[in-house]
Amino acid sequence: MILAIAAREFKTLFLSPMAWTILAILQFILAFLFLSQVETFTMLQPKLTAIEGAPGLTDIVVTPLFGNAAIILLLATPLLTMRLICEERRNKTLSLLLSAPVSNGDIIIGKYLGTLGLLLLIILLTALMPLSLLAGGELDFGKLFANMLALLLLVSTFAAIGLFVSCLAGHPTVAALGTFGLLLVLWLIDWTTGIEDQRSELFEYLSLLRHFQNIQTGLISSADISYFLLVTGTFILLSIRRLDNDRLQK
Amino acid sequence: MTTLIEAEHLYRYYGKHCAVHDVSFTLSKGEVLGFLGPNGAGKTTTMQMLCGNLAPSAGQIKINGFDLLDQPRPAKQSLGYLPDTPPLYRELSVQEYLHYCAQLHGVPRHSIRQAVDKAKERCGLGDVADRLITNLSKGFQQRVGIAQAILHNPEIIILDEPTVGLDPIQIREIRELIRELGQDHGVILSTHILTEVQESCSHVQIIHQGRLILNETIAGLNRQMNTGTLRVATRLEPNVGVLLTLPGVTSIDKITEHQIKIHHSMTDNTVERIAETIIASGWGLQELTPVKQSMEDIFITLTQEPKQIDL
Repeated sequence: MILAIAAREFKTLFLSPMAWTILAILQFILAFLFLSQVETFTMLQPKLTAIEGAPGLTDIVVTPLFGNAAIILLLATPLLTMRLICEERRNKTLSLLLSAPVSNGDIIIGKYLGTLGLLLLIILLTALMPLSLLAGGELDFGKLFANMLALLLLVSTFAAIGLFVSCLAGHPTVAALGTFGLLLVLWLIDWTTGIEDQRSELFEYLSLLRHFQNIQTGLISSADISYFLLVTGTFILLSIRRLDNDRLQK
Repeated sequence: MTTLIEAEHLYRYYGKHCAVHDVSFTLSKGEVLGFLGPNGAGKTTTMQMLCGNLAPSAGQIKINGFDLLDQPRPAKQSLGYLPDTPPLYRELSVQEYLHYCAQLHGVPRHSIRQAVDKAKERCGLGDVADRLITNLSKGFQQRVGIAQAILHNPEIIILDEPTVGLDPIQIREIRELIRELGQDHGVILSTHILTEVQESCSHVQIIHQGRLILNETIAGLNRQMNTGTLRVATRLEPNVGVLLTLPGVTSIDKITEHQIKIHHSMTDNTVERIAETIIASGWGLQELTPVKQSMEDIFITLTQEPKQIDL
């Protein structure tokens, strides 16, 4: 049942120009950034050979590429998640799901997985670019995998937050703006740590960026992974609660 | 007869406003139950509660023996619901949409195609199966909505104003379909049109301001409607006072100088007596038409003579 909802959601994304547009634009921008990184690497290459333990191809090309992809997905995910529940409610199609023999959990998780499918596709397409370097060079696969994992965990969190805001909002645009705002706050929250005396460990812990960068370096620690899983789980649970609440509306 | 729905003492509040007040009823297999009531009477709210879209503030609903709150999944398995706005994904084609609905309702994979084909045939959607729902006319969209509700062959079919937006021929087809479905399912439909209830239902419930004011079979309803209305046109101005003294005449409305409406009871040959009186008085009878009863008349009968309801 969950899979039926997820498959429908995934296919519906491709029925509107939305998914295609996002895929095309993302691919174009990332390809451009990728090329410029490769260019930088070829320029630096002679110098790097002279240094002992210098950063390799993976450090100079892959890590910045996935870092940039994260920022672009921060902008793109709210657009993908905005219609999830919000539009169903506006078009009155939600009652189809509510009166079908599926639980609210099924609905939310199905919708979530459908969106995650597209995001996964984006990550795989992004990963294809560094893989093309194998034609003439060598990659640190461990680091590439760490980067993909970091991006996957990050977008799962983005999608869960977006889904929750979509449950709340009355209009898709509001949902997109709300999600974007929330994500940006979580992204930037550790900026205060730049100021020496006012470091806040709480803010530092809450920041998406910090945990993302930790994994990106190749250090896969359970603390960072559980941070992402916790945030994702919390927002999915909140979404289910919110949908339950629809039935009780006062 | 198996009892499909048992609703007991349902209440629903929106804030302080009470939309549904102490509604109880049962539905058995083979019954077509009509919810009749003016707009805002609480029909849709009641149906939403039956389908699990809305939680009742108080009361209990059992669908096919399963409590809707405790065991929503098996309860909803036997429900087919068409809300007042058909829940259609406009970017899908009819075929894709019905396929998805079948999956949602847990139709086994191998019989999905068969179920979809049958629903399409029953609702006359064969020719438009590959068209996008957004491009269909209102009537066809309504039919897709009905197809969705009967697709998985549920024991209970709940249709909220199923004939809205259809042309007269389609309305006849849908009524035919509802009667057919009523033979081996339990059907609930809501409407604000009296003739619709009289033509397609076996039982009727009248809801007014959230309260159930009548729960009867169609025969019982017809018995309740023991008052009639006559429209009378005469050449000369009739003497209303004389007509009012006739036994069986309850009230008279004056439309114009030469046209009146007489409300009367169906018993004692009142109509005959009215006609005799008018002719004997020489007012020049030009028209004597029985006016078809509207729901308004029933409301007036039911709310003004509460004793008759208890009979």
